[in-house]
Amino acid sequence: MPDLIAKSALAGHAPLVRAGTRLAECAAAPITSIAPYPGRAAQVDAALAPLGLSFPAPNGQSASGTARLLWAGRDMAFLIGAETPAALADHASLTDQTDGWAILGLSGPLAEAALMRPVPLDLRLAAFPVGRTARAPLNHMQAILTRTDDQAFEVMVFRSMARTAWAELTEALAVLEARAKLS
Amino acid sequence: MRLAGKGLIDRGQPVTFTFDGSTYQGFRGDTLASALLANDVRLVGRSFKYHRPRGILTAGSEEPNAMVEILEGNQQTPNVRATVQEVFDGLAARSQNRFPSLKFDLLGINDRLSPFLSAGFYYKTFMWPRPFWEKLYEPLIRRAAGLGSLSRQHDEAQYEKAWAFCDVLVIGSGPAGLMAALTAARAGADVILAEEEARMGGRLVSDNLRVDGQPGVDWVEGTLAELRALPNVRLMTRTTVTGAYDDGTFGALERVGLHCGPAPHLPRECFWRIVAGQSVLAAGALERPLAFPDNDRPGIMLASAVRSYLHRYGVVPGHRIALIANNDAARATARDLMAAGVKVAAILDTRPDASVVEDCPVYVNAQITGTAGRLGLTSITFRHAGGSATLEVDTLAMSGGWNPTLHLTCHMNGRPLWREDIAAFVPAPDAVPRLTPAGACNGTFSTAGAFREGQDAARRALAALGRSAPDLALPQAEDAPYALAAYWETPGVEGRQWLDFANDVTTKDVKLSAQENFRSVEHMKRYTTQGMAPDQGKNSNVGALAVLADATGRGIPQTGTTTFRPPYVPTSIAAMGAGGRGAGFAPQRFLTSDQASRDRGAPMIEAGLWYRPSYFPKPGETTWLEACNRETRMLRDSVGVADVSTLGKIDIQGRDAARFLDLVYTNTFSTLPVGRVRYGLMLREDGHVLDDGTSARLGEHHFLMTTTTAAAGLVMRHLDFVHQAFCAGWDVRFTSVTESWAQFAVAGPKARDLLATLLGEMPDLPFMGVADVTLGKVRARLFRISFSGEHGYEIAIPTRFGEALFRDLVARAEILGGGPYGMEALNVLRIEKGFITHAEIHGRTTAFDIGMERMVSAKKDCIGKAAAARPGMTGPERDQLVGLKATSPMGAGAHLFTPGDRVHRETDQGYVTSVCYSPTLDAHLALAFLRNGRARHGETIRVVDHLRKIDILAEVTDPVFHDKEGVKLRA
Amino acid sequence: MRLTCPLCGARDRREFTYYGAEDYLNRPAPDAPPQAWDDYLHNRDNPAGVTRDLWYHDMGCSSWLLVTRNTVTHEILAVEAVADRKGGAA
Repeated sequence: MPDLIAKSALAGHAPLVRAGTRLAECAAAPITSIAPYPGRAAQVDAALAPLGLSFPAPNGQSASGTARLLWAGRDMAFLIGAETPAALADHASLTDQTDGWAILGLSGPLAEAALMRPVPLDLRLAAFPVGRTARAPLNHMQAILTRTDDQAFEVMVFRSMARTAWAELTEALAVLEARAKLS
Repeated sequence: MRLAGKGLIDRGQPVTFTFDGSTYQGFRGDTLASALLANDVRLVGRSFKYHRPRGILTAGSEEPNAMVEILEGNQQTPNVRATVQEVFDGLAARSQNRFPSLKFDLLGINDRLSPFLSAGFYYKTFMWPRPFWEKLYEPLIRRAAGLGSLSRQHDEAQYEKAWAFCDVLVIGSGPAGLMAALTAARAGADVILAEEEARMGGRLVSDNLRVDGQPGVDWVEGTLAELRALPNVRLMTRTTVTGAYDDGTFGALERVGLHCGPAPHLPRECFWRIVAGQSVLAAGALERPLAFPDNDRPGIMLASAVRSYLHRYGVVPGHRIALIANNDAARATARDLMAAGVKVAAILDTRPDASVVEDCPVYVNAQITGTAGRLGLTSITFRHAGGSATLEVDTLAMSGGWNPTLHLTCHMNGRPLWREDIAAFVPAPDAVPRLTPAGACNGTFSTAGAFREGQDAARRALAALGRSAPDLALPQAEDAPYALAAYWETPGVEGRQWLDFANDVTTKDVKLSAQENFRSVEHMKRYTTQGMAPDQGKNSNVGALAVLADATGRGIPQTGTTTFRPPYVPTSIAAMGAGGRGAGFAPQRFLTSDQASRDRGAPMIEAGLWYRPSYFPKPGETTWLEACNRETRMLRDSVGVADVSTLGKIDIQGRDAARFLDLVYTNTFSTLPVGRVRYGLMLREDGHVLDDGTSARLGEHHFLMTTTTAAAGLVMRHLDFVHQAFCAGWDVRFTSVTESWAQFAVAGPKARDLLATLLGEMPDLPFMGVADVTLGKVRARLFRISFSGEHGYEIAIPTRFGEALFRDLVARAEILGGGPYGMEALNVLRIEKGFITHAEIHGRTTAFDIGMERMVSAKKDCIGKAAAARPGMTGPERDQLVGLKATSPMGAGAHLFTPGDRVHRETDQGYVTSVCYSPTLDAHLALAFLRNGRARHGETIRVVDHLRKIDILAEVTDPVFHDKEGVKLRA
Repeated sequence: MRLTCPLCGARDRREFTYYGAEDYLNRPAPDAPPQAWDDYLHNRDNPAGVTRDLWYHDMGCSSWLLVTRNTVTHEILAVEAVADRKGGAA
């Protein structure tokens, strides 16, 4: 029986810094999709309560310690960084998404501007405050975008497209760096 | 000529550039136009049709004459307006549409031939003989007429596109724009102020104006300093707003690196999409030329442009200057020149009652009847209230009044309104929702009026945003009334009077158009090409309309309006499509086995967005077919491994999961036992096949659906629609898990042996069964399914282990005499078995066509069932799936004919969808759709492919060529 | 063009895929006459003015949306989720 080696989506891509802004693959954490069945909101919240979480409103998240529950689309949220409470299975469809997504962290003074190249979303702090999450395109890719700090974002894309997402953001940063050098 | 101490250029930063190979000096802050004028270069181009010598007419992006090519390595950018291009060290520019040189242009002969080349000449002259048009006349005309030329190289330069959002977008930074921006900014709104030019200020930095008793330039700098300090303001210079679109969306083109030459990663241009809650249009106005005989000579330019060159660049375009105008405002040109010590020969005022009090001669009721100077103006001849005269001048400034820059207000179908008092069109109210025009673009031409309207527009925007406006005093500035008497052309003279300089359209052409009954402005435009050049009629549309109105005896508003569409300025496709080149065109999806496949030298081919190995070459193999044949035999004889992770995987759960599958599949899934897999067929609601694939029942209320690679996204959308539209209340949820699992096919007589060594203990899995297995600590799923017709499995594992498992499986396969196989062999294997792909279910085939009508359950409803039963969807007149067998290659796309029939559309009997050479059967095989094909097995059919020059006979067979009974599959 | 998704908020048009007229929501009974199915599948009005059609927020939350809009003025009058529509799905 083989001892299989796990590889992350962006294995081999070292973190990159351009004009003080850093792009890096985030450490893997278990991700479970939770899609409550109709009329089961109360039961789902009850099952989530031991984690200190509740099902998030659209574009929002619920966080407690290292566990986060991220809104991920219609009737769907992603539980990140925690084991799924067994009681949930009766009230919601659950799938393991741990391997399905690559998570990129983008932080620094150019983070917002870099995202404003491939993402057609209003990311001004007032419109997209810390903790806000959105399903949105990253150019032609479906992505989940979360603001983790004033100048920091987390970008989730399908694992198979991670290299394209990396290339898009690297390009945006390189361009912004070149612009900054203009007097 | 450059004047000492004048202008806003940076005299501390001299730059060197070339034009047509000659080296010149300019300063940082110069445009190419101002620098050329400073060097007394007046002749800069040849006109489009007649190759007339042309100079610089304007000082802005509306320039119709001074278009040049900018050279950059092996790149050249044609039709760059010299009035927009800034100079920098090393800039190389070249004039265009001339041969061999600007001063001696052979095609200048066109100008002599002009009597034969009037508007519409090619419609009349080149009618006969007919074939000559395409072969002779058009190429000749195209060579003679024209603008710049392309490098014929790929444009490798960097471009950029970006989004921006704001509460208030202010377009233009003259007095109206700055006042609007300041008002909105002080109210705390997020403001974007976009200015086309390199420097903010509009006429405040191009005219000698005073604001609150200080020079206009100083007021601009003070205001900008405040705006720069505010965190809620973004100032965008060199940014032209090009279009107004729905719901507050604007397009804008920023010239990012064009003023300083190339640098790594520095974009030439950025195309912005700006979304604004409210917007203020403060785009100013464009001065109009006047029509008079030979009004297009180098040295004749707009009066406001002369002032711009004087005040902003410290340049005067000549030594003896005259002015002709139909309004008071233009006289500032003469006064400013005289104040700067430049000789003004005369002011010519077209109005009979104009004032004659100036420090130079003034002629009223003046009309220019001719000009002279082959490569540049030397004199003008005119008549006036007291007679006629000729003046030796090298420069003539002209002003026919102003056209408000209302272009953006036309972009959403708004039609401008004619205002007789200013003889100009103004924006219709609310032509663009949430946009307010202010200042000159709204027909208000005084500086004080611009401040007032700018502030009012901002107040309106703030009110709509629910913000209160700050109490902000209006600056003091000139508030002179706009005194003008409409005047368009010199009446009753011979000679050509130019309207559209860029397209060589004269007043005669417009009159000819009217005479030939092209009286509608839209017809006139197309007959004469008036307004269809790069400047899109910015300089000439209103003048042409006035001439047409006069020729047809109607008023201007009765004759028509002029309208404008995006973009406001020529916009490079490269900027709008930034990032879409090469790998940026679409996301690239990579398999976990990608590197392992490349390590083995596999050429990768695109399958949708995925990259999949085509075949795995072995030493000594020289063609893909050799490798493909080997891989096919390998799988039929021993074992093959292929990455099939690209198939869509949808996890479906809930008490109504089975019921939902029964609705979307034609066949029944509620009867499928747990642990088993079933092949399913999915229809569109119109009865045609949408997709096929297998679904496994993992639990009572838990299924895993597989879709084809091609239709994965489409099926998800379809499921979402059926669910949300028809059964949103059902207890069912589905989630894509395509990316969560890497999945590998292991197929062939030795597949079981291979997996036994991997798993230690091989589960007893029936054909179409599924079981959970573990690989060490890693959980995996094993399916016994086959797309090759061999005893086969697919093993799925969490994606992070995909690469490791693929390498492991391939190594084990090689020990057993097998190995990896690619898309080519996969295709051969499935054709041999008659398995369909989207080559067959291409959107026009029904379940009946592919021989699966029995899969449409009679016991239940499903999506597409009713439509599939409509007349014409089944029966002998349908093209039905068959196999074709031949001794030489066939081509996908070939058409089928009954031998003996004429090869013709009407005798067409069907078409080929997939072809291969089968090493298993040593025959060329095809899947095809043949009219009433299932009744024709055994017939001979003619296969014709005109593209590939194939015309052969083939035998019609059952589509399953190999192991028809499925013995190997179930072994 | 921008659509305000009831879940995601105001978004650019490129996030959405157009499908067709609202009619697609009114699926005939399985045994309805062929004319009813033809009307459902193919026959459409093409109004200059207010129209209701279906859009899919495929780059967003995956909601199907019923959009009421004016084809002349381009005004978007209402956007509602198909699944949550009044008198909607079973």
